[in-house]
Amino acid sequence: MISDGIEDEEKWLAAAIAGLQQNAFYMHRALDSNNLRDALKYSAQMLSELRTSRLSPHKYYELYMRAFDELRKLEMFFKEEARRGCSIIDLYELVQHAGNILPRLYLLCTVGSVYIKSKEAPAKDILKDLVEMCRGIQHPVRGLFLRSYLSQISRDKLPDIGSEYEGDADTVMDAVEFVLQNFTEMNKLWVRMQYQGPSREKERREKERSELRDLVGKNLHVLSQVEGVDLDMYRDTVLPRVLEQVVNCKDDLAQYYLMDCIIQVFPDEYHLQTLETLLGACPLLQPSVDIKTVLSRLMERLSNYAASSAEVLPEFLQVEAFAKLNNAIGKVIEAQVDMPIAGAVTLYSSLLTFTLHVHPDRLDYVDQILGACVKKLSGKGKLDDSKATKQIVALLSAPLEKYNDIETVLKLSNYPCAMEHLDNGTNKVMAGVIIESIMKNRTRISTADKVEALFELIKGLIKDLDVDLHDEVDEEDFKEEQNSVARLIQMLYNDDPEEMLKIVCTVRKHILAGGPKRLPFTVPPLIFNALKLVRRLQGQEENAAGKEGVATPKKIFQLLNQTIEALAIVPVPELSLRLYLECAEAANDSDLEPVAYEFFTQAYILYEEEISDSRAQVTAIHLIIGTLQRMHVFGVENRDTLTHKATGYSAKLLKKPDQCRAVYACSHLFWVDDNDNIKDGERVLLCLKRALRIANAAQQMATAARGSSKLVVLFIEILSKYLYFFEKGNSEITVAAIQGLIELITTEMQSDNMTSDPAADAFLASTLRYIQFQKQKGGAMGEKYEPIKA
Amino acid sequence: MLIRNFLIGAFKPPCNISISFADARTRKQVPLKKENGQTIMVPLFQSQENIVGEVLIEPQQGKKVEHTGVKIELLGQIELYFDRGNFYDFTSLVRELDVPGDLYERKTYPFEFSTVEMPYESYNGVNVRLRWSIHFNLLISVKSSFVSNDLKNNSVQTFIVLSLYILKVTISRNIVSNVVVYQDFVVRNYTPLPSINNSIKMEVGIEDCLHIEFEYNKSKYHLKDVIIGKIYFLLVRIKIKNMELEIRRRESTGAGPNTYVETETLAKYELMDGAPVRGESIPVRLFFSPYELTPTYRNINNKFSVKYYLNLVLVDEEDRRYFKQQEITVYRLLETS
Repeated sequence: MISDGIEDEEKWLAAAIAGLQQNAFYMHRALDSNNLRDALKYSAQMLSELRTSRLSPHKYYELYMRAFDELRKLEMFFKEEARRGCSIIDLYELVQHAGNILPRLYLLCTVGSVYIKSKEAPAKDILKDLVEMCRGIQHPVRGLFLRSYLSQISRDKLPDIGSEYEGDADTVMDAVEFVLQNFTEMNKLWVRMQYQGPSREKERREKERSELRDLVGKNLHVLSQVEGVDLDMYRDTVLPRVLEQVVNCKDDLAQYYLMDCIIQVFPDEYHLQTLETLLGACPLLQPSVDIKTVLSRLMERLSNYAASSAEVLPEFLQVEAFAKLNNAIGKVIEAQVDMPIAGAVTLYSSLLTFTLHVHPDRLDYVDQILGACVKKLSGKGKLDDSKATKQIVALLSAPLEKYNDIETVLKLSNYPCAMEHLDNGTNKVMAGVIIESIMKNRTRISTADKVEALFELIKGLIKDLDVDLHDEVDEEDFKEEQNSVARLIQMLYNDDPEEMLKIVCTVRKHILAGGPKRLPFTVPPLIFNALKLVRRLQGQEENAAGKEGVATPKKIFQLLNQTIEALAIVPVPELSLRLYLECAEAANDSDLEPVAYEFFTQAYILYEEEISDSRAQVTAIHLIIGTLQRMHVFGVENRDTLTHKATGYSAKLLKKPDQCRAVYACSHLFWVDDNDNIKDGERVLLCLKRALRIANAAQQMATAARGSSKLVVLFIEILSKYLYFFEKGNSEITVAAIQGLIELITTEMQSDNMTSDPAADAFLASTLRYIQFQKQKGGAMGEKYEPIKA
Repeated sequence: MLIRNFLIGAFKPPCNISISFADARTRKQVPLKKENGQTIMVPLFQSQENIVGEVLIEPQQGKKVEHTGVKIELLGQIELYFDRGNFYDFTSLVRELDVPGDLYERKTYPFEFSTVEMPYESYNGVNVRLRWSIHFNLLISVKSSFVSNDLKNNSVQTFIVLSLYILKVTISRNIVSNVVVYQDFVVRNYTPLPSINNSIKMEVGIEDCLHIEFEYNKSKYHLKDVIIGKIYFLLVRIKIKNMELEIRRRESTGAGPNTYVETETLAKYELMDGAPVRGESIPVRLFFSPYELTPTYRNINNKFSVKYYLNLVLVDEEDRRYFKQQEITVYRLLETS
């Protein structure tokens, strides 16, 4: 059925072209023999082919173009006739004798063109007559093409400023009048198209209509090309008339297209100066018009215009462009009740872009826009419309990109409210964007208030907004997000300790709400950031000590203690333990013995109660030992207690080699180089001996169990410790003991049931070489080593 | 210019007769369609003019023409086709040119009709013609009789009708067998510009369906005039396909039960293509010059009338026609050239 229709159309077109060509042939013959009568007769018959109603606009155009070419020849002929003395006025009458209106008017336009050129009558009168007579064609397609022809032949004959047709009687006003009238009539015809024919073909007609739209828009283009249309004329005549037509036609397709046309064809400067008029028309358009795109394009153009040169910016201020646009958008949104939320947001987004270009200094404008947007969204909750979401992201990203400074953005009170309306996923993405911006620009967030605001903003990352959705989150993504939050926490800094403490408190408050999954990521950076503060406070703590509400290390430590405790719910004892130890060390540096002791206690409790994995225990015990060794703040009693405990833990490790290593590590707890109070050679030796015993036992057990062992390396390690303490002047470590140990190792390694262990061999060799080296070096150390035989 | 009219017939006329006008060289000639379809050029007169000329009689070599009198007549006649062949003379002026006697050689008779009242124009319609002519009668007193006038046995087609004023010359030769020669001429009368010439303006329509208002700039148009006007659509509820303006001529002849009315459409002029909407106004500009119109004739000698009408026709998509007819007066404006 449909294909038949198309085939039929092809046939009709072919027939029409054939008819046209045949008559054109006779017309040419008449032209060649200067036979005016026949020329008119055959040209009228030729043009009669254009009277068809069977062709779609597309095919009709093809036919029209052929007729157009033929009419050019006829026009040449008329010109010749006029030159030969034929009265052009008579000719103008003669063509009007044609009985059919369409050929008549085509001929009239053609003669009219020659008539204007002859200047025998004012151009304006002829133009006016032509545009008036064309009213006779009320059929939309035929009328549009006829008027398009009129527009075409008159383009170079308008009485424009500087044109040869300008004169006393012909002013540019007449030219504008003419184009405007033709435009108005064409638009009416174009709009009318949709009402003709059965409604089931509405879709096809809409398609056909949009094929024809450029015929209508061409008039606006012509207007924009008229030299004489200056700003005044544009403002006083052209724009009001065009808008009147646009508004009154009450057709969404036309309104959308024409508004866009106006925006595109006329200069930016004109738009700026007539903003009020142009915008005033917007709320009057049909509710179904895609006004947001129109306005967006306008704002885009104005933005680009503003960006093009700084010189034009004052113009924007002068005309209060922002206020007008803002007002217009408000009205449009109000008027178009059915506008999807995405549309409204798009409008705000465009306005925002415009504002950022034109008024980068007016943060209040930006906030105003966001506020308006939020108001529009209020009561809507989270958006599930992906388009709207995308637009909100654009809306929120724009200020970030423009200012490159989150602080500026944080001043926007409506910013978080707008963010509220994003769905969780997008909210997180947006938060990520914000953090990225901070990172990229290395922005310092320096007050607690801002931090508060910022965390409010990125709370999508900070805590679970919606538990149900949580399962879907990809583990990788989650880590990525939380790492970025951690980095953000590290970025927070203020020189003023007070403020910094407040920042820490704020962050703490937020991250504690984050739930077990987040805490392991967020607590450590907070702790370390706080510890940085503590270290800054060292030295100035005295003068601050007495005052109330002042940041003191003590207070901070209390806070940190509680913070680490929060990790217990996760639970991540290893991490907590490390953090306790870090804190303890910091407390040590701040000379806060009780605090440090408390941290150690916490660490020990964790060790005892929570860390059950033997490997974890090994790591933990070494951390404890290492930290404890560096602590100088403890009194003898406290230190003893802690040391005792640590030693005890060491000896209770599950595997013998671990035990051995932990125990010999404990030896350092009794010997701190730069602290004479802690140089208990006896207990060092005890530890080492105990380690030896354990090593021995381990060796035997291993041999018994598997027949071979690489545990001899333990002995070598212990030998290293002996040598260390020997060098440090521990009198309990004697040459004999060392000598004994070396022999023991050598024996062990040479024993038959030992398979050789290259690593152990190398280790021993290098140890012995070290002894040799120390001997040769001479001096006090050389003498000391002298007795040792390797 | 000398115009010769040779008598046609199965006999040899005894003499050649020709009628000529005094101002033949300067007088305007207009085409006149004869009964047999031929077009000849004839002189043009208007009312109150002097019709002056002479008649030349040339007897056949060596023949004597005896006659009982020579006279010339100016006739204005109306012929109604339902009563074919019967001429109604509404004007008949006679001049005696010679007393009875013999003619041996050529002789010219001057004649003059002064300030002739010719109120009616020549007209050639469907059912009627009005002719002016001069008849020259040679009244011959010879027994042999012949049909002197080809009007008697003409074979005019029903619809080719000539409107003539005739100049008739009769040479009376006998009571029944005279030699009659006639000369047609055309009368046209000119009207000054009418002092009152109102526009025609009217609102018409079909209730809740179609309301239009039309306006033609005048009610009286001369023959080369142009109608300027506009059609304003007040209400359109039907799907109009196009609109045209027709010029119609209505010729009525006879009276009472014998009235015949013929209507011809002389022009069909498309004014609009497509369907207008409410508020549209469509311009009208129709030139009369391509069409062969005559002035409006009202009740010419109680015999016939010719009237003109503008008929506005709207055609809808189902080819239904809606029309409104308005009479206009057509007049002949004195051509100033």
